[in-house]
Amino acid sequence: MGTTAVQELDKVVIKFAGDSGDGMQLTGTQFTGTSALLGNDIATFPDYPAEIRAPQGTVAGVSGFQVHIGQTHIYTPGDQPDVLVAMNAAALKANISEVPRGKTIIIDIDNFKRKDWEKAGFAEDPLESGVLKDYHVIEAPITSLTRKALEGLGLDNKSITRSKNMFALGMVYWMFSRPLDYTERFLKDKFAKKELIYEGNVKALKAGYNYAETIEALSSASTILPADMAPGLYKNIMGNEATAWGFLAAAEKAGKELFLGSYPITPASEILHEISKHKHFGAKAFQAEDEIAGITSAIGAAFAGDLAITTTSGPGLALKGEALGLAVMTELPLVVVDVQRGGPSTGLPTKTEQSDLMQALYGRNGESPVIVVAAKSPAHCFDMAFMASKLALEHVTPVVLLTDGYVANGSQPWRIKQVEDLDDIVPHEASKNMMNWQPYERDTASLARYMVYPGMAGYEHRIGGLEKDHITGNISYDPRNHEEMVRIREEKVQRVANYIPDLEVQGEESGELLVVGWGGTYGSLTTAINQCQAQGRPVGHAHFSFIKPLPKNTAEVFGRFKKIVVCELNNGQLVNYLRGELPQFDYLQYNKIQGLPFRVAELTEKIADILAGK
Amino acid sequence: MEKTETLEYTYKDFASDQEVRWCPGCGDYAILKSVQKVMPEVGIRKEDVVFVSGIGCSSRFPYYMDTYGFHSIHGRAPALATGVKLANPSLSVWQITGDGDALAIGGNHFIHAIRRNVDLNILLFNNRIYGLTKGQFSPTTDLGQKTKSSPQGTIDNPFNPGELVIGASGHFFARVADTNPKLMQAVFKEAAKHSGTSIVEIMQNCVIFNDKVYANYTAKENRADHIITIEHGKPMLFGANNEKGLVLRGFKLEAVTLGENGITEEDILVHDAYEEDNTVHMMLAKLKMPIVNGVIRAYKDDTFEMRLKKQVEEIERTSKFKSVNDLFTSGETWEIK
Repeated sequence: MGTTAVQELDKVVIKFAGDSGDGMQLTGTQFTGTSALLGNDIATFPDYPAEIRAPQGTVAGVSGFQVHIGQTHIYTPGDQPDVLVAMNAAALKANISEVPRGKTIIIDIDNFKRKDWEKAGFAEDPLESGVLKDYHVIEAPITSLTRKALEGLGLDNKSITRSKNMFALGMVYWMFSRPLDYTERFLKDKFAKKELIYEGNVKALKAGYNYAETIEALSSASTILPADMAPGLYKNIMGNEATAWGFLAAAEKAGKELFLGSYPITPASEILHEISKHKHFGAKAFQAEDEIAGITSAIGAAFAGDLAITTTSGPGLALKGEALGLAVMTELPLVVVDVQRGGPSTGLPTKTEQSDLMQALYGRNGESPVIVVAAKSPAHCFDMAFMASKLALEHVTPVVLLTDGYVANGSQPWRIKQVEDLDDIVPHEASKNMMNWQPYERDTASLARYMVYPGMAGYEHRIGGLEKDHITGNISYDPRNHEEMVRIREEKVQRVANYIPDLEVQGEESGELLVVGWGGTYGSLTTAINQCQAQGRPVGHAHFSFIKPLPKNTAEVFGRFKKIVVCELNNGQLVNYLRGELPQFDYLQYNKIQGLPFRVAELTEKIADILAGK
Repeated sequence: MEKTETLEYTYKDFASDQEVRWCPGCGDYAILKSVQKVMPEVGIRKEDVVFVSGIGCSSRFPYYMDTYGFHSIHGRAPALATGVKLANPSLSVWQITGDGDALAIGGNHFIHAIRRNVDLNILLFNNRIYGLTKGQFSPTTDLGQKTKSSPQGTIDNPFNPGELVIGASGHFFARVADTNPKLMQAVFKEAAKHSGTSIVEIMQNCVIFNDKVYANYTAKENRADHIITIEHGKPMLFGANNEKGLVLRGFKLEAVTLGENGITEEDILVHDAYEEDNTVHMMLAKLKMPIVNGVIRAYKDDTFEMRLKKQVEEIERTSKFKSVNDLFTSGETWEIK
């Protein structure tokens, strides 16, 4: 570790940024993995360009990866980086406005020639113009030093240049006192059959580490001690991966095969990719010809007895609307995952937003109630995918699970669960000794109908999208029967409130202000509320994962506070739903619609304003 | 309930208690009867049979079958049926559709079901008109025909379903008229036996909105000369006394009369439904006079389900993860004590 004293930090946010071919995602995940193994709490977020290969050296082609590590609990990937690694001028241009003054910027000086900064859109040389004067800048010839370090190894030029990300990673490893062994192991595995490339990468990594030590890249190297995490076995997990795993666990717990009907769409496709890998767990991933076939194939699979799911993002949910109505009408268990992105239309495919809530609640013809739930963090996607499956199978009704691009692509430590630790899932099915079973006969408590599946002799029956008699399921145009069925379908969803957890409040249990959020803003809101509490501003936080139906104690919680502010990444969707459901309360709202998550600072400022009566 | 031996079924076992509500004289009645008659001979227990449909007159069909049934939404039945079959491959899955449901709103699902070759039996009731919405032209309505939505005559070119099916790399295509119950039953049985997606186009008469659309083929006085019914392995003969046949001239099929211009039975094409190359099948599907009935193409290949099963076995053999729990604890993990 050299002779320099090591300074302890509470937490640090690092952003690796470079050209999309520079391997920044890999660099970021390596730093994350190493820090996780050291016991830090972590949260990460990748920031890809929308284009697959945007022109090299341009701002459009910049790929970034932000990681937040701490010895205290971490709920977000961090508002703003403490350290920016800019592998070229475009990476600096794209990110400098995010870096607070006084923080550290590492730049690869080899990629800051005139043509580089011109291409990046700087009017003047950023190294001369003064834009960097308030920062601690480390100008390192990363590319040329990598070349020098790998000289004589017999590697081709391209492979040598591609190793420069390891040099940069080595530098940051020294700055934050991280060991190299995790990455060395990774490289050995990755390049098992390319010995020379493995050697080159390790050499670059060590060269970077030694270089940082030599130049004393920071006045002293820092470290972040392990966080105080609940005991258990952990791994780092991404939101979409956690969603896929939650479904795998639910299928196993329910004793069912999993059927996923899906059409690729950003940012939901990784769920399809992940489930496609595990077909031998009885998980059938069916890549359909379009979004509609994704959901209708799942409806067919649900009818035939599988745990059926379909995954998509906003535009896809719009296409699935009619079929989702069919699942409501026929009363089949189905989970629809919407990984929300900026809209409307194609909108901002790679950016996050919470603007599909109204679509999930109401985006169908007719009176068409579904259960709507949301995941609040990457690891929580596992729990909510599992819960959505449980509710669908036990209440025989479609469930929409809302996640978002921020949660789906972010990662955090997940305390590993095993199938035996999870709640039971008991699909609501007719038992063999049920007398005179009828397709739409219901459980008196939950109002769920009793499923039977093709293959069961003596239960042959027909269902469909036409209104049906409330018992036999035969087509019925009877006016009173229709009204009764509309009410039953709504009431069945409302009664789910008897089976879900109460709404919890963090921070103050009652008092001046309740901050309300839902889904993926949990991390930002929690961090903001913790800061407010620490600064002596008393405030409570209630975060919805169950939106339709609302938890039973919602009105009671709201009643304990003088003011309620609903914070959302949309133009006010939950707040208007609440105004309809619980009109006895006044709601303030705070909305951000920039395709970006809330910044903690924005939230604390808003909270301070409300408390000050502004 | 005890499982019934399949051989003991009669067609009545497949009739549900629901009142059939097609217009009097509709061709659908004859199709329903033929399907109900074939079912006992297919050798499948009725609880293992699922009828799936979309929207349209024909799509009421599942309600009339005492099997499992699903009346879904317009055009989407092929995808829904695919889900049923993949969830439980031991089921016999039938899809009932019409020319609007399959070829207009559901065209995408139709061609992709065919391309994948999932073992589905699709009966396409082609009456060349929209019946349920009361008389607009469909994708198979003849060019120039006047309908409610084409008062000056249609100006869009119609699909020939056979051409579309074979063009979409279909493995099984048959055509039959609703006036020929015997051939319907024979063809339905072949479709059921064929492993993979089988499409049967039924020339179905809509008495209300497109009456006699096939009369040129199906009227008693026209049948013998205007329809040729082909069978695998047999020469393609037609006419009241099998005095006519089809020969290949250059790249075209031609109808000839035996004995004229030195034509003998030797010259007549022999039907090979099982041939992989679909060139002749395409010609047969496109022929307008006489129109070809019977099984035109029945090429056998692996189904989607078979390939899926193979993949699953391969992953089972090679995967590091024997259980979901293995997967969850895989990769880099760390313990907090």
